[in-house]
Amino acid sequence: MMQKFEGKSVYGGIAIGKALVFHKKEDQVCRKHIDDPDNEIKRIYRATDKAKEELHKLYVKAVIEVGEANAMIFEVHQMMMEDQDYVDSIIHMIKNEKINAEYAIACTGDNFAQLFSSMDDDYMKERAADVKDISNRLIKILLGKEDNDFIPKEPYILVADDLAPSETVQLDKNKVLAFVTRKGSTNSHTAILARMMNIPALIGVDFDENCDGKAAIVDGYEGTFFLEPTTEIARSMLEKQKDDIRKKELLQNHKGKENITKDGRKIDIYANIGSVSDVANVLLNDGGGIGLFRSEFLYLEKDTFPTEEEQFITYKTVLENMAGKKVIIRTLDIGADKQVDYFGLEKEENPAMGYRAIRICLKQPDIFRTQLRAIYRASIYGTVAIMYPMIISTNEVRKIKEIVQSVKEELSAQAIPFREVEQGVMIETPAAVMISDLLAEEVDFFSIGTNDLTQYTLAIDRQNPRLDDIYDGHHPAILRMIKMVVENGHKGGCWVGICGELGADTSLTQEFLKMGVDEVSVAPNFILGVREKVRSLDLRES
Amino acid sequence: MVSQKVVIVNKSGIHARPAGELVKVTKLCTSDTLMLYGEKVINMKSILNIMAAAVRQGTEVTIQCDGEGEEQDLKRIIEAINSGLGE
Repeated sequence: MMQKFEGKSVYGGIAIGKALVFHKKEDQVCRKHIDDPDNEIKRIYRATDKAKEELHKLYVKAVIEVGEANAMIFEVHQMMMEDQDYVDSIIHMIKNEKINAEYAIACTGDNFAQLFSSMDDDYMKERAADVKDISNRLIKILLGKEDNDFIPKEPYILVADDLAPSETVQLDKNKVLAFVTRKGSTNSHTAILARMMNIPALIGVDFDENCDGKAAIVDGYEGTFFLEPTTEIARSMLEKQKDDIRKKELLQNHKGKENITKDGRKIDIYANIGSVSDVANVLLNDGGGIGLFRSEFLYLEKDTFPTEEEQFITYKTVLENMAGKKVIIRTLDIGADKQVDYFGLEKEENPAMGYRAIRICLKQPDIFRTQLRAIYRASIYGTVAIMYPMIISTNEVRKIKEIVQSVKEELSAQAIPFREVEQGVMIETPAAVMISDLLAEEVDFFSIGTNDLTQYTLAIDRQNPRLDDIYDGHHPAILRMIKMVVENGHKGGCWVGICGELGADTSLTQEFLKMGVDEVSVAPNFILGVREKVRSLDLRES
Repeated sequence: MVSQKVVIVNKSGIHARPAGELVKVTKLCTSDTLMLYGEKVINMKSILNIMAAAVRQGTEVTIQCDGEGEEQDLKRIIEAINSGLGE
């Protein structure tokens, strides 16, 4: 029977393997009466010397494995062991109560641990484990026991109640696939170690004690721990792990590299985003810019029209985060499958071909002007470009330009600063493709929206699942259209990008490069995959 | 006996690592070194004592040195605290 446990993830990743429970061996300490306190005190000093030696070795090992700052805990342990108060307390007990060293140490350790765990500071509560750790070390030495014998041969998922720093540092790091602990915090050494080792770690997991040796999976993204997973879960986790590994490889091998073929052809790889929170993912995946900023979310997530100020702040935030890299904002594309109540749009027979996008903007210019003002005001915070969706005629473009001109004049009159902004149109209707030579004279760039273009060209409703098998993005009609748009664009001095799903289709990357496509804009997670493809190509071949 | 007030600059207060750094300094002091904070009197040569006091960032504490070399010890401790105790 599969068991599923929830916990808090302190580091992401997927681990699949055998669970092994790490049992703390708290040595049984008996209270014994002794006759020679001085001898007992001598034993303590000898044990302390040996423990300090051990701690020094651990410190050196930890410096190598987790860095000096994190290793310092072992230096702190040495200091704790020599602490006047700690040592005095032990010696005092031995002398006054005539008890054995082991028992005096255990009591003192407990007392100090108690002191820390009663503090209202989470960090300090954790330090109780440190005091116990040093006391156990001393006791172990006095009892003549070896340090640790937890040496599994196979890679394993380490399951434990809690792990002391000295325990984690002694582990054979090549064998540990993940950490799962019941206690611990995001500050704990286990968490730090997991981050350094780049393996998933969960805390706060109330696992079943009987899990020793069972098949297990740790999902460090969702914070879940599975025992004896079903085949279904195992299969999907294996997929997730593959994706994860591939992603990490891509990051490692392709981050910071140029998008260039072996024969020196370059292409820009930008990202499509739908909200401000996507920007982090763009930067993580090394996006060269944002090729499609779907501004609809500003309208979709609200009950009334977003104000100029709200929009301005959103655009400014994205531009500042992108730090000078190009951000192409697509003006609102409401209508069709994206409906908003407060727009008061009538129900249509055929919304994909209906009152939507630029058609709304030109009929209700107030909505349009508010957005344009916000974009122009934000323009001084980075490199912004605007593109207009659903264009079918040069007339529309001229009307847009008139409105843009008047918005700029208005801003100038109000002494509000702005920069010149690159103007572009989406090429997503067959009409726009056929007049792309004329459109190229009006604007600075084209961005081909292959999703809508395919739907309109093939006369296939994207929403209809019965037509999925004949909806073919590789249809020669589409590829010829892209080629035509690129040629006409370049003749008219426009750069040409692709922002639809085809942009991320690496089976077409070579063809797009040959056509002369200047930019592709893809979901952030695809950026490095496309880069890998570009870098593997040589256009002189074939 | 000499004393001086100082404000703790460490972001997370005097936690384990800065406490360790502080003890490294006080171990070299020949005088008795105390930290007075509210009603607490903390022996600065004891790392457990310092940690248990859980002194937070922005807290003003009084450092007090008593005995041979007190002037120099006080100066040394104040410098170490002001410099962020290795952080």
